[in-house]
This record gives sequence, structure tokens and C-alpha cells, in this order.
Amino acid sequence: MINTEAFLLGFKSLKGARSPAIPLAACFIALGALLKDAGFNIQQSAASSFFTYALPGQLVMAESLLVGASILNIFLAVWLVNFRLYPMTVSLFPLLDHHSQPKWKYYLSCHFLAVTSWLIAKDSYKKINSKYRIDFWIGIGVGTWSTAILMTLIGFLAADLLNKDMLIGLAIVNPTYFFCMMIGAMKKISVSISIILGTILGPVIFLFSAEWSLLFAGLIAGSVGFLFGGNNDK
Amino acid sequence: MISSQVIILAITVTSLATFISRFMGAITSEKVSVKSKIFKWFNCVAYSTLAALIGRMIIFPAGVLAESEVIIRIIVFIICIALFIISKKNLVIPTIISAILLATFNSL
Repeated sequence: MINTEAFLLGFKSLKGARSPAIPLAACFIALGALLKDAGFNIQQSAASSFFTYALPGQLVMAESLLVGASILNIFLAVWLVNFRLYPMTVSLFPLLDHHSQPKWKYYLSCHFLAVTSWLIAKDSYKKINSKYRIDFWIGIGVGTWSTAILMTLIGFLAADLLNKDMLIGLAIVNPTYFFCMMIGAMKKISVSISIILGTILGPVIFLFSAEWSLLFAGLIAGSVGFLFGGNNDK
Repeated sequence: MISSQVIILAITVTSLATFISRFMGAITSEKVSVKSKIFKWFNCVAYSTLAALIGRMIIFPAGVLAESEVIIRIIVFIICIALFIISKKNLVIPTIISAILLATFNSL
């Protein structure tokens, strides 16, 4: 049903010099401590990472709860900040597609789609036989997802041991890791333009519209990258 | 203190709002060919949205990161990217150093 060799290759991407385990651990430990601070119990904290598994959305949820936002507002704010997962899935899953594989694998494993797993999969899918790429992806997903849940628990339990400076230090690890991975992905002109322009437009548009900034910045920068880099790509 | 029911409801709507984008992506992917122009466009938009998120996380962060100075965050970020390039794209070194640097600078 699932090719063990491909699955384990994906799972083992947690190790080595490109390991996502450290940034995942850092940010979900910080999240676990934050959720405890927001009034979540240990089961609720673990359930949040188990069912949502998307850090920016979880941060938005915790902050919205603290300021007393309505449930509908939380839904919209999370949807807008996590909408990036839609283009990310569409730009990854066709690469993992194989006619012999059942659809349920794709429908269930889309839950593992997060920045970390996406960047690893985009970086390494070519090494895997196209028939087993979805199993490789499930391996990456199970590894990163379970790390996130475990680290949320550790963060919750260690919350009292972590001072504010330590938590701030942990919180910068994730954007640093993401951006370094993205520099590694800048091999095509279209992608390079998209990344550079997106980094600039994200905070600039935030000044005008906090909630819609990611969507607009992503659409504008990505479309510019596509139009101006499309014909020059290697 | 936020009530337990509100927290459970918030976790449920957060998970639902997140899964919708993932699942819609999986459905759309079935009709998208790797060689098509639309795939290339989606690829550019995925990278740019992610870059926008990182830019926002550094300049206008949510959560605990907001309690540090923006100029310190930018300096730490640039040092770590330089480390990544110098260390021949080793990811472990810059990520660990980023935490140590920001925690240290922030406590000064």
C-alpha cells in the first residue's frame, strides 16, 4: 500500500545538515509555551498542532482569542493567513502524481502540507522514482507533523523554564530557516523575482491591509515573477 | 480566562480554515499538468506568498517575536543568511545561531 523504502527516505529527511527538526522544534516549543500562556490545557495544545499544523494560523488563533475576537473572525483571519497552502499544494502535488497511486493518499496527505515539508519535498522529489513520490511525501509529512506535535507538548511542559528572551530567540529560528531554504530554491529567474518581490511587498502591503497583505503580495509578486521570468528560465 | 468550549471551537474552525486550502489544492492539482503555464504561475505565487509571510514575520511579527526591536531582528536575519551562504548552505548552523544571537541581543 505504501512503499516502505520511499516512506523511510522521506522520514529520514529529519536528519542531516538540511534537517528541519531544529527549526520545527524551536517554533513549536515557543508555540506550546504561548498556548499555555493563552489558557490552553495540554490536550488542547496538542490537538491544535495535531489538527491544524500550520504555525502562522495557530499564532493568529491564539492572539485572536486573547483579544476576544469572534469565532467567525478567527475563521476568516486564519483562512487568509493560511491561504498560501492552496498555491503551495498546487505547485507540489502535480510533481508527486502517478496514475497507479490511489487518490485517498493525496487527499489525506495534503494535511502534511506546511512550509517546512513543502520546501523539503520541492528540494528532493527528483531523487525518488515518480511512482513512489507520494509515499516519500507521506514519510516527510509524518516526520515533520509528529515532530511538531511532540514539540508543542514539550513547549507546554517547559513553559515555566523558558524566559521571554529565550522564547524570542526560538521564534526567529523559523523565518531564518524558511528564508535560507528559499535562497537555495532560487535557481530560476521567475522564482527569484517572486521571492525577492514577495519579501518586500509582504510588509509594505501590510501597512495598508494587515489581513489581505499576504494574499495580495503573493499574487502580485508571483504574477510579476511569472511574466518577467517565464521566458528566461533555464 | 477563555472558556474550554471557546478554545475547542477555535481549534475546530482554525483546523477547518486551514484544511480547506490544503484540500482545495489537492483537488485543483488533479487538473494541473507539471508542464503547463498555470503550474509555473502557481509555483511563482507559492514562493512569493511564502516570501511575503517571511518578510512580514521579520518586520511585523505576531506572537512573542513582536517584543524584540525590529532593527535587531533585521541584523540577526542578515547575519544568519550570510552564515548560510558562507557555510555552503548548511541550514543547522544559521538556525541555531539566529536563536542565540537574538536572545542575547534582546537581553542586553
